[in-house]
Amino acid sequence: MTDNVDHSKRRLLIAATTAAGGVAAAGAGAPFVLSLMPSERAKAAGAPVEVDIGAIEPGTMISIEWQGKPVWIVRRTKEMLDLLAKNDGDLADPSSSVPQQPDYCNNPTRSIKPEVLVVLGICTHLGCSPTFRPEVAPADLGANWAGGWFCPCHGSRFDLAARVFKGVPAPTNLIIPPHKYLSETRLLIGDDSKGAKA
Amino acid sequence: MMNLIQKLIGWVDERFPVIETWKSQMTEYYAPKNFNFWYFFGGLALLVLVIQILSGIFLTMNYKPDALFAFASVEYIMRDVQWGWLLRYIHSTGASMFFIVIYLHMFRGLMYGSYRKPRELLWIIGMIIYLALMGEAFMGYLLPWGQMSFWGAQVIVNLFASVPFVGHDLAILIRGDFVVSDTTLNRFFALHVIAIPLLLVAIIGAHLVALRQVGSNNPDGIEIKKNKDANGVPLDGVPFFPYMVIKDIVAVIAFLMVFVAIIFFAPDMGGYFLEYNNFVPANPMKTPEHIAPVWYFTPYYAILRAVPPLFGSQFPGVVAMGVATMIFFALPWLDRGKVKSIRYRGPIYKAFLAAFVVSFVGLGWLGLMPATETYTLISRILAVVYFAFFLLMPWYTKIDKCKPEPDRVTFK
Repeated sequence: MTDNVDHSKRRLLIAATTAAGGVAAAGAGAPFVLSLMPSERAKAAGAPVEVDIGAIEPGTMISIEWQGKPVWIVRRTKEMLDLLAKNDGDLADPSSSVPQQPDYCNNPTRSIKPEVLVVLGICTHLGCSPTFRPEVAPADLGANWAGGWFCPCHGSRFDLAARVFKGVPAPTNLIIPPHKYLSETRLLIGDDSKGAKA
Repeated sequence: MMNLIQKLIGWVDERFPVIETWKSQMTEYYAPKNFNFWYFFGGLALLVLVIQILSGIFLTMNYKPDALFAFASVEYIMRDVQWGWLLRYIHSTGASMFFIVIYLHMFRGLMYGSYRKPRELLWIIGMIIYLALMGEAFMGYLLPWGQMSFWGAQVIVNLFASVPFVGHDLAILIRGDFVVSDTTLNRFFALHVIAIPLLLVAIIGAHLVALRQVGSNNPDGIEIKKNKDANGVPLDGVPFFPYMVIKDIVAVIAFLMVFVAIIFFAPDMGGYFLEYNNFVPANPMKTPEHIAPVWYFTPYYAILRAVPPLFGSQFPGVVAMGVATMIFFALPWLDRGKVKSIRYRGPIYKAFLAAFVVSFVGLGWLGLMPATETYTLISRILAVVYFAFFLLMPWYTKIDKCKPEPDRVTFK
């Protein structure tokens, strides 16, 4: 049998058909993948939240929901604030050099008003919500514990300025969300009119 | 009457190869006659698959994949649907039993060198099944929408978020939202009941086809195809049907006795098969005091926790965990031993295998415990042992003093 097939033409046609088919398959696949991304409704759900912080007792915290995540608001006592500096040597990032907070909270207390800490209650390790442990030197957390948060999932520790300790799984300090005071006791979480990322 | 049946079979066989298929898969497929206890688990895995698919279909008829109704619909199945509690406990117990059976099945492969040439691809297909099974179990665990469902999913999805550069968007793509939400529940349901089961059935089919091609290994780790009679039948083989099938029925009965005993007397297995925190509805605002994955994921979870963050990222821990699951794929090429079976291996391999078992079980236990300093230290040591088993394998299997393999299989 003689081979009177034009092989180079055949290869060209196979390549062209494969390429065209590949483009069509990718095009047809795009809607399926994009349907997995957040819907318009999910994107619209991130509105700012207003909170009254007047009733928070010194030394306690409240937890509110913003964008489906917990945001903690803590009213720290003077003793708590005084103990913050003591932790510096044991912290991974004591001066908050990693941008985990808006610029106006890049200070030793990581807050606008020293006593009121607003922080996103999601561990920077794998997203658990750490437990508030304000007491000093409890048996299970050791004699050096000056109050803070302990993550039950993987043992990460944070001080009362939500700064992460060295040698724990969480790599960075907890995130301070954008927020501003509407009045002495009313706080808006998620918007600071300064365009900090929400 | 017989004549009529014969005619019917003949009619079908002309149009579909029933007899040929039956012979090649059953009566003329020869399995080694020296199989022991460890060879029950492949068949049992198939049984559990059927149990899970069947109970799953019936659960789907009353379950609602909606964050508002999911938890209540599971309670409805447990309390109001007639025999619903049984269906649910069959399915939840089946998940754990699946992993028990698969882990024993894999350990059999380690002991007798079943991953060695010519069974590398059979082993790889099996590993793909194992990974698909982990995905299936993980997604199924979200569906009851309890506290452990929610926070377990939160942690696992965030593992993907730690991938450099694309992680954040990848996690959003998986969740379909910025947090684990109704959207996530709905899509995990779709993947759990349609996508992954279809994939599982297909690759389990491929596993069986590959097994028929290369034939079973056996406790002696020698090829029965080397010694054949005049008709080309392996001298040390027996037909899969009826001999192996009948043997498996004994295992099925023993297995089902254990299975129903768990369902009736300890369906939560003291918090190991069904975690107590999962009887509390999901609350995105509060992580339970102590969270741990279900027992079958805990060895890898302990490895994840054991690795400290490097360069300001938790990605190394995630990589270690990923490598710990994937490293089994490389086994056929890591093992340089002259023999396959542990029966003829030297003391070094036996010691390493024993150390590996201790590390796997130990990490599994540690993964269930809270992360204290002592436990973290032990986890780190055991994680090193775990990886040493694989990474040092090319070296220690080569220098190990093996005994000579017999020419024919041995059995009492």
